[in-house]
Amino acid sequence: MDLILQAAIIGILTGGVYALMASGLTLTFGVMEIINIGQGALVILGAYLIYVLEQKLHLDLFVGLLITMPLMFGFGLLIEWAFVRPLKRDRIMLSILVTFGVALVIEGLLGLIFTTDLVRLQAWYTTASFQVAGFYLSYIYVFGFLLSVVLLAALYFLIYRTKFGASLRALMENRTAAQLIGIPVERVSAITFGIGVALTAAGGMAFGATNSFNPGSSYDLISRLLVIIVLGGMGSLGGALIASVLMLVIEDVTAVIWSPIWSTTVFFIVLVIVLLVRPQGLFGQVAGRKQ
Amino acid sequence: MSMLEIRNISKAYGGIQALSACTINVEQGKITGLIGPNGSGKTTLFNVITGYERPDAGAVNFNGTPITNAAPDRVFAHGIGRTFQLTRIFPRLTVLENMHVAAPRNGSMGIFRRWSSAHERSRAIELLEFVGIAHLQGMPAENLSYGQKKLLEFACILIADPQVILLDEPAGGVNPTMTNQLADRIRLLNQRGVTFLVVEHNMEFVMGLCDTVNVMHHGAKIAEGTPIEVRNDPAVLEAYLGD
Amino acid sequence: MKSKPIWLLALLAAAVALPLVFPNPTITTIAVLTVIFAAAATAWNIFAGYTGYIALGHAAFFGTGAYSLAIICQHWHVPADFTPFALLPLCGVIAAVVSLPLGLVALRTRGHTFIVITIAMFFVAQLLAYDLRGVTHGSAGLSLPIPLWSGDFYNMPFYYAGLLILLLALAVSWWIRNSKYGLGLLAIRDDEDRALGLGVKTGPSKLLAFVISAFFVGMLGALWAYYIESIFPPFAFDALFDVAIALMTFMGGIGTLVGPILGALLLEPAQQLFAVYFGQSGWYLVLYGALLLVVILLLPEGIVPTIRKRWAQWTAARARSSPNSPAPAPPLPPSPTSQHPAIAARGEGGER
Repeated sequence: MDLILQAAIIGILTGGVYALMASGLTLTFGVMEIINIGQGALVILGAYLIYVLEQKLHLDLFVGLLITMPLMFGFGLLIEWAFVRPLKRDRIMLSILVTFGVALVIEGLLGLIFTTDLVRLQAWYTTASFQVAGFYLSYIYVFGFLLSVVLLAALYFLIYRTKFGASLRALMENRTAAQLIGIPVERVSAITFGIGVALTAAGGMAFGATNSFNPGSSYDLISRLLVIIVLGGMGSLGGALIASVLMLVIEDVTAVIWSPIWSTTVFFIVLVIVLLVRPQGLFGQVAGRKQ
Repeated sequence: MSMLEIRNISKAYGGIQALSACTINVEQGKITGLIGPNGSGKTTLFNVITGYERPDAGAVNFNGTPITNAAPDRVFAHGIGRTFQLTRIFPRLTVLENMHVAAPRNGSMGIFRRWSSAHERSRAIELLEFVGIAHLQGMPAENLSYGQKKLLEFACILIADPQVILLDEPAGGVNPTMTNQLADRIRLLNQRGVTFLVVEHNMEFVMGLCDTVNVMHHGAKIAEGTPIEVRNDPAVLEAYLGD
Repeated sequence: MKSKPIWLLALLAAAVALPLVFPNPTITTIAVLTVIFAAAATAWNIFAGYTGYIALGHAAFFGTGAYSLAIICQHWHVPADFTPFALLPLCGVIAAVVSLPLGLVALRTRGHTFIVITIAMFFVAQLLAYDLRGVTHGSAGLSLPIPLWSGDFYNMPFYYAGLLILLLALAVSWWIRNSKYGLGLLAIRDDEDRALGLGVKTGPSKLLAFVISAFFVGMLGALWAYYIESIFPPFAFDALFDVAIALMTFMGGIGTLVGPILGALLLEPAQQLFAVYFGQSGWYLVLYGALLLVVILLLPEGIVPTIRKRWAQWTAARARSSPNSPAPAPPLPPSPTSQHPAIAARGEGGER
């Protein structure tokens, strides 16, 4: 029973980090109607950036975020401007291919610089642990979770309490109408994409501090993130949040009571069952038009 | 006799009652009009009849057969064709290809039949000539003007020889010449035995064309009669001018 | 127009003669992989190109085919001669059977959700290949019988088997394109709800196209497995496979008959050359990713539609300058959408 509780707690804590990464993806989708399949590679890039800062400048992981998040935001703007904005037709499909191309380039370059050896971010809180409910928990899980909560709260504030957020929500409702009432659609889209990428920088730090990674780790990540946003409902932030926690808790608990081998499979079975009942995901809107 | 019976249809979206116990009869061989202020539930009613929406209550019968909740393809197979308020054609197919989409497939989804036969082709061109756009047959449909698209959408259904055609604002956004042309075509088809149910805001069009007119307001029928009767009905005036 | 069959025959003869003229194994290896990808892209296009539903999980069927052949060979002690080739259709059928329930679930959704669900399905399949150790041996992989023949001849049977599947897929694609069923698929691509309202059986139509494409991709997976002799989960179920066939199809022209083949002919050899020269180093990924970006930014509409458009503009311009001369016939095979030179007027992509 203790083991299950432990698995559930870790599931919730890591679920928060996944929610952070998935919210960038689902937000980009909601606003721009594109899928940034490079999100996984960008997470890994974010982790390596922090790794470099920590190795060369001995910067604390969280302090490093002050540098990497603006940097990744700028990188996001660049990707949007160079590769996403020029797409005029078949945007869904071409955006997937284009961002996959970006992901391949990132993966290749990371491989050239860092080789494929597994690395892990180090700090006192990644090794030190404390006792709770009868088991030891590394501080990084709590810190990572808190980071996610703070950033998601900031994101919530940005979307629901600012003028920019109002434009962003207008775009999510109806892109054409937003354009007609004078919202600078291109600028809002670019900034949204940038925010999505900046969030992955933070997610990458938390991921890299709790997992060993190499340039190829992005595939596993992007598959999980995609599944999370489908389960939550594409474009739904709350859905992404709940689906992340659900996924990680189901996986961790299955690993404890059955076998780690089946943990992801069980989650996928849950996904298929949900989709059979609600093809649009837990909080998604129905696609297609009647009129 | 009543060909299409719509009985006590109700439909709500969240808290909004789009249709409440709406009852309308479409007589065989007649042109029936359906008018009402914006948001009175006309298009929703069309969607319920043609299977795009499920009603919460009520029944739709066609020639005595219940077709409530039948899927759109089944409804079409029964002989009910419709057009849409926002014209819907297949933009990347040519005009001629558009005409063949509704042609019968006869089992196995038409895998073993060529997309067009000589007979179907001549019939399609005949219908395109009937609405006056045969010269555009090789053109991708997306290049047509708005009015031409409406004509194509109309001709598209005719290839399946439907018994009833539901038209959702056929004259909306179309110039008067084309409106008259369309009214002519509808009359001609009606003389050949096709029944019509027409939603339209253009009163002149409705009054000049329809045998009976139903008036809807807040999701229910509030009046029915000949165009002249309806025009002088105080309840109708109130619906349009009131609120 | 009369020269068309001659051109096709010449192309076919060139394809048949290729490994005889260039028996160099480096070249024939590239040729084998190119016909496999050309066939896979053609099969993918039957579903994705015609219905407009972008599926990015066909690697699941490729892997299913590959593992089917490996498992069948192990269980029945299939000899390492031409027998495995005879088993390819069976592997295709297995992949098709697997695709049926997956298609039923995925095709309840549309657009973006459909894409992402197919990707998720692919990852499930890959995961199962790792986890069902009893049948797949997990990450240890499976070996297939090693063919008895060798030397310069080694690639030949694989090349011709691949070419045969390619021709078959092309024939099916052509047949569907010209059938009532195919017109229904194209109508679904343009406006699914309207198509349903005009009597197109949209659900079964989409599913059938999905299953047909899975059948071909499964056969190709099996052929590929026999060719490379041993298979492992990350290679049999490879995310790059989906991206590659989608990219080839887009590059050549999605929804066109020969576009996918054209894309494969250009991209697969390029990819193989990168692999030969840069091997395992990261440059391979960098170059491939950059190639992908360049192709999409320069040719967003695909080669075949771009050429058609240019050609029609050119003939229209010529017709204007000399009104009495008859317009020359277009050189491309007249697909149902292009029987009229008015294609010139075709605007920038329509709404879906």
